[in-house]
Parts: sequence; C-alpha cells; structure tokens
Amino acid sequence: MIIADKKPIEEIIESIKDYSRILILGCNECVTVCEAGGKKEVGILASALRMYFLNKGKEVKIDENTLERQCDHEYLDELVDQVDNYDAIVSLACGVGVQFAAEKYRATPILPGVDTCFLGATEKRGLWTERCQACGQCILASTGGICPVSRCAKRILNGPCGGSSKGKCEINKDMDCAWQLIIDRLKALDKLDTYEELSPLKDWSTDRAGGPRKIMREDLLL
Amino acid sequence: MKTKTPSKLEKILAAGHLAVTSECGPPRGSDPEVIIKKAGLIRDHVDAVNITDNQTSMTRMCSLAACIRLKLLGLEPILQMVTRDRNRIALQSDILGAASFDINNILCLSGDHQSFGDCPLGQNVHDLDSMQLLQTVHHMRDKGKFLGGDDIARPPRMFAGAAANPFADPFEIRVARLAKKIAAGAEFIQTQCIYNLDKFEKWMGQVRDRGLHEKVSILAGITPMKSVGMARYMKKRVPGMDVPDEVVKRLADTPKEKQAAEGINICVEAILRLKEVKGVKGFHVMAIEWEEKVPEIVERSGLYPRPVVD
Repeated sequence: MIIADKKPIEEIIESIKDYSRILILGCNECVTVCEAGGKKEVGILASALRMYFLNKGKEVKIDENTLERQCDHEYLDELVDQVDNYDAIVSLACGVGVQFAAEKYRATPILPGVDTCFLGATEKRGLWTERCQACGQCILASTGGICPVSRCAKRILNGPCGGSSKGKCEINKDMDCAWQLIIDRLKALDKLDTYEELSPLKDWSTDRAGGPRKIMREDLLL
Repeated sequence: MKTKTPSKLEKILAAGHLAVTSECGPPRGSDPEVIIKKAGLIRDHVDAVNITDNQTSMTRMCSLAACIRLKLLGLEPILQMVTRDRNRIALQSDILGAASFDINNILCLSGDHQSFGDCPLGQNVHDLDSMQLLQTVHHMRDKGKFLGGDDIARPPRMFAGAAANPFADPFEIRVARLAKKIAAGAEFIQTQCIYNLDKFEKWMGQVRDRGLHEKVSILAGITPMKSVGMARYMKKRVPGMDVPDEVVKRLADTPKEKQAAEGINICVEAILRLKEVKGVKGFHVMAIEWEEKVPEIVERSGLYPRPVVD
C-alpha cells in the first residue's frame, strides 16, 4: 500500500492561514491503515487546528469528512454540493488523492496534509517499510523475492556493493543490506547458483524515467 | 601474451611483470598543479595511476580532466568511473571523451553513497551498476557500438578493471562475485586495502580453486597507515575494512613519532609476503594524501625499477 506520514502541523497552519472555512478531508484506504490520514487523524488534526485558531482569536470554521477513496471519481463526487462552502480543503490522502481532488474541484485550493512516502508494508503497528518503487518491470522472480530497486540504497542489480557489513547497509546500521537478504533467500531456496547470472541493463523507461505512466486496458474501457 | 588494448598496464601484466599502480585524488578546486605535483612524486615508481571519481561523494575536480592532465604529462592514467552520478548517456560520452585522449584504462565502480559526502540531499543515478558499466565498456570496445546499437567511429580501446573487496560481507559470495565481475568483463582487479593477510590468502586460495586467477589480473590493494589513530578509524568506521587487532596493537605499541615509519614497515612486509601468493599479479598502492611515500614503499618492496614495455 501507499505509506504516508503526517505533515508537521506548523506547515499545515502556514498553508491555510489566509482561509477561514476549511474542510479536513480524510481517505479510508492506505492512509487509514498507516494511521496518517484516516477518520481518526482527520479528527485529531481538526481539533488541533480549532484549538490553534481559538487561541489566536481568529474565527475559522474547520469541518471534517472522510471519503472511502480520493482516487476515484465516484467517491470524490460526494463533495459536489459542499465544496463551495469552503475556502480550502486539506486532503489527508496520498499525493494521488490530493491531485485527483484538485482536478475535480478546480476553483478550490486542495492542500496536502500528509507527505506521501513510499509503497510499503506494515511490519508492526507504528513501523512501515518500503518494498516497491513501481519500476514497471518486476524482477522479483530472479532476486529471491527481494527487490534491490527499492531496498538497495544504490538500486544495484548485481550486488552487494562493498558497503555491505554484517548484513547491514553502509549508509545506516539499522537498514538491512538488500543483497544480503537476497543471498540468504536464494540459499534458502537452494538457488544460490543463480547468483552468478548477470542481471542485464535495466529498461528504466517503465520507471519514472519514461515520464508519467499510464495503463490502458482495452478490455475494460467502456 | 597478446594484448587487446594499447594500455601500458595491460602490456606489463601480459609480459608477466608484477604491476604497480597507485592513485591520486583530484583537488577540491580547480588548481591543476595539485594533481601535477602528486603525479610527479610517483611517476617513476608506478606503471599507472588511478584518478578517483569524487571519492566518498565529496565533490572534487572531475576524474576525466585530471586523467587528461596526467596523460599530457606522459603518465598512464586509470580513469575511475562511478555509476552514482551519471546515466548511460553520460557514461558512454565520458568514455569517448577519455578515449579521445587515448586514456586506455578504466576502473568501473558503483561509488560511495552520496550520504557520505558534501551533497547528501542530492539524487543518485545508478542507471547502471558497476558490472553493467564493465559490460558497456566491452560493448563499446569489442563490438564498436553504442548501447543504442549505432556504430562508434573510432571505438574506445580501454583495459577494463573493477574493484573487489575480499573482506566484505557476505564472505561466502566474495569469490562468486569476482567470477561475476570477470564474466561482465573485468580484466584487472584492484582489491580493497589488505591488512588481514590470512583472510586475503584464504580468498586467493578460493580464487585459484576456481581458476579465476588465470582469467583476471589481481592487484593487491595496499594502504600505509600513518598512525594508530588512522588504524582505529579504518577498523571501526570504514565499511568493508578488515584491520586485525594485532595491526592496531603494533602501531599502538610504537612511539607516536615513529608510527608513520612503522606503518610503512607493515605495508612493505605485506607486499613482500603477498608477492609470493600465486595469482597476485601486482600491487595497488593507495597512499592517501601521502603520495610522497610511494617511492619508498615500491623500492623497499623490490618492485623498482619499473619495467619498460613498448
């Protein structure tokens, strides 16, 4: 899923300081699971902002709403009748949701309330780690199911580099060396002999390098 | 033995001599005299000189420009090139630029992570990795083609090398990794600094067991320690460095004013011992900001005068 982190409240206050009618808009998908932008976080942020403006003696209306998703027309449409009631919307969805809302409601500033960080998993409550960079051509079949693109600090496809030390990456002792994990996994799968197969030059055109990506499925288009 | 490139380093190795290389770090500025002076200190005692490429990710004068300086002075440069800062267009382009000055050696590296340097907020590139850069050099040299498939007018003729760290983890794939670099096109290897001679010899034994010493010229990496402080720093702080306790102790037991000389002694003893290891084809003497000591190390190790090849 998409992992996001809460923005510092000072940054949010700075972005909304000129508005007096504000909607805090949560999303019930990924950001709810990673506890950055769901209904609970909408409530907490809204309360904190109300308190802040009250202390400042400024009258600001802060409303709350959480949509099933912000990356789908169907759910964003629910705001059609309310959007004119606000000077700005703080979206706690990922960057996709913020942009999709902005595309739909063109005359209303849609401000991000979270930082969208990576595609990852919940290791345990309060700990999320990256697993995928959506490079568009999955190589996990040849790397023991561990992704060097997202998990090696140098994206090395023929690793490890010389900085692997006691299973950890040279840039951070708390970070596993992806290639140590790959080698351990290949060993567990009894496939360590495949380690010596050279990984060819990667086609990065399906990654960020190729520009904004799109998938069009003729069989599904209406 | 037939050589594939005009590289002096390749010729010396092909003639069966123990090769000696060294390295110079370019300055953090644009004064060419820095590199010229460093090169002057070592030029008669080494066969070729590596020019580092923004090592430890500290921004410096570019390796290519410094290599050109050396070439114009009649030295044999080894262009170090990291994949951290350039995509495949820039890598190929710089290879051609180097080739236009007949720089005939390249060392293909991934490069230290940028978080160690002066631009930790910057992007890294890693379009290719070091093995894929080796493949690229061969593609350009042997097929005379760009990666995109077009012919190269006057292809580069570079002797291609790579680094190997016999001490890095996981140890079990260190030899497999060397085999992989050879398969990618490594013709010479410069190793990480060797202080743990026993472990290095064990690695060389495994290298010989697979016959890899016949397929690649391994130059053993040697770096003199200036002080016990440096030894402790390398032991504790430098990733992938194996400094045994007895080396630290030997320097610690030496009076401070004599530690530098003892560091040179350790280094010379290492070379004398490793000269006898089958498969070691030479030495890469990295005297970091201490280039003036290279002649003494080379002479005392019985590696002087350097051979003359056509």
